[in-house]
Amino acid sequence: MTATHAISFTINGQPHEAAVEPRLLLVDYLRQHMDLTGTHVGCEHGVCGACTILMDGKPVRSCIMLAVQADGHELTTVEGLAEGPDNMHPLQEAFWEAHGLQCGFCTPGFLMTLKPYLEEHPDANEDDIRHAISGNLCRCTGYQHIVDAALLGAKKMHAK
Amino acid sequence: MKPAPFEYHAPLSLEEALALKREHGDDGKPLAGGQSLIPAMNFRVAQPSILIDLNKLEELRGIRKKNGALHIGAMTLQSSTEHSDLVAQHAPLLHETIPNIAHPQIRNRGTIGGSLAHADPAAELPVVALALGARFRAQNADAERWLEVGDFFSGLFSVALEPDEILVEIAFPEMPANTGWAFMEIARRSGDYAMAGVAALLTLNDEKIEAAKLVYLNVGDGPVEAMQAQQRLQGATADAAAFAEAAQLAAHEDIDPYGNVHASPEYQRHLVSVLTQRALTKALERASN
Repeated sequence: MTATHAISFTINGQPHEAAVEPRLLLVDYLRQHMDLTGTHVGCEHGVCGACTILMDGKPVRSCIMLAVQADGHELTTVEGLAEGPDNMHPLQEAFWEAHGLQCGFCTPGFLMTLKPYLEEHPDANEDDIRHAISGNLCRCTGYQHIVDAALLGAKKMHAK
Repeated sequence: MKPAPFEYHAPLSLEEALALKREHGDDGKPLAGGQSLIPAMNFRVAQPSILIDLNKLEELRGIRKKNGALHIGAMTLQSSTEHSDLVAQHAPLLHETIPNIAHPQIRNRGTIGGSLAHADPAAELPVVALALGARFRAQNADAERWLEVGDFFSGLFSVALEPDEILVEIAFPEMPANTGWAFMEIARRSGDYAMAGVAALLTLNDEKIEAAKLVYLNVGDGPVEAMQAQQRLQGATADAAAFAEAAQLAAHEDIDPYGNVHASPEYQRHLVSVLTQRALTKALERASN
């Protein structure tokens, strides 16, 4: 056991302080210490995208970052997307309506990748979206409905 | 799939980082973007005893133009480089290459210096550095020195940094006038390590080729320059016949690929031949404009 390090960061808008062992991965800290289990652990080496969260607004892999490296940053997980269970983020609504998921394991990673992308690219077409989600793997859908959901999501996000 | 224990330091200044590097030498592993190192630690392929995290060193981030070269701080993110107007304007080859590095999520953490110091033979940035003749500024607690690209890469996953040194800056010289460029690679899936890739530069003098650069990834221990193909092109008329001959030389004389799970050595040679012709054709188009 090595010494712990004091860190402070913002998570889904709330300030948070912790003491962590340096070898603890950020995704494990979020899931096991904060009970934010919406962020999923897939491949644990940065390939599958299931653990994607936002750091300072940009999508990153939380499985290949140390929790201690969150110090001083603003994190957003999938739990931070919706205002409440009856008030989903427009992108979440679009995934629901367009059947953008089957088992749902990969979905948080897709949402966290697409949210900032579609905010910046309201007119993204199918090709752009397929490129944007190339770092997220889905083993169920064949991606077609995820792409449909993203296209619908872009419309909904920019209509509001 | 969890890293082995290690001691962690997050210095707040370069001075502090260099003091730690001097104290710990090879045991003190610098942590840049961590997009290769942390996966390797998760697999326990890498088990550094001490990590020196450079992510708080804002002084190592930034892009500026100076004396005909683009100077990029070693901790500059790949994504900021990708979206930099300075890079698009003064290092178009680098600009074209970066979107090929893994995925956007990786480029949001991955750094220019981290990838170069890691020296993965399948990585894109070492190939661009060699093609452009980049220079590398290494620093220790007392002094700094500049390394030429030919001296920097020293083999499989190795570079010529001393145990007490940190790579702090990379200078990418601007290309000569009348030079066209292209970067291309072929991977099984977008963002995967490529089976082969090439950076090509073509400098024209009227119809003739004044100089050509061809550098390949994932076909050797590091970035591989195709000496014979380059020589064939020098002074030649820039046309499809010359490009086809250069491609043959590159694929069959200049490289000696190992092959991997996705591509046999024969297939890698085939890719090199095809990519060479495509890249030279693209570079010619750009040089002529």
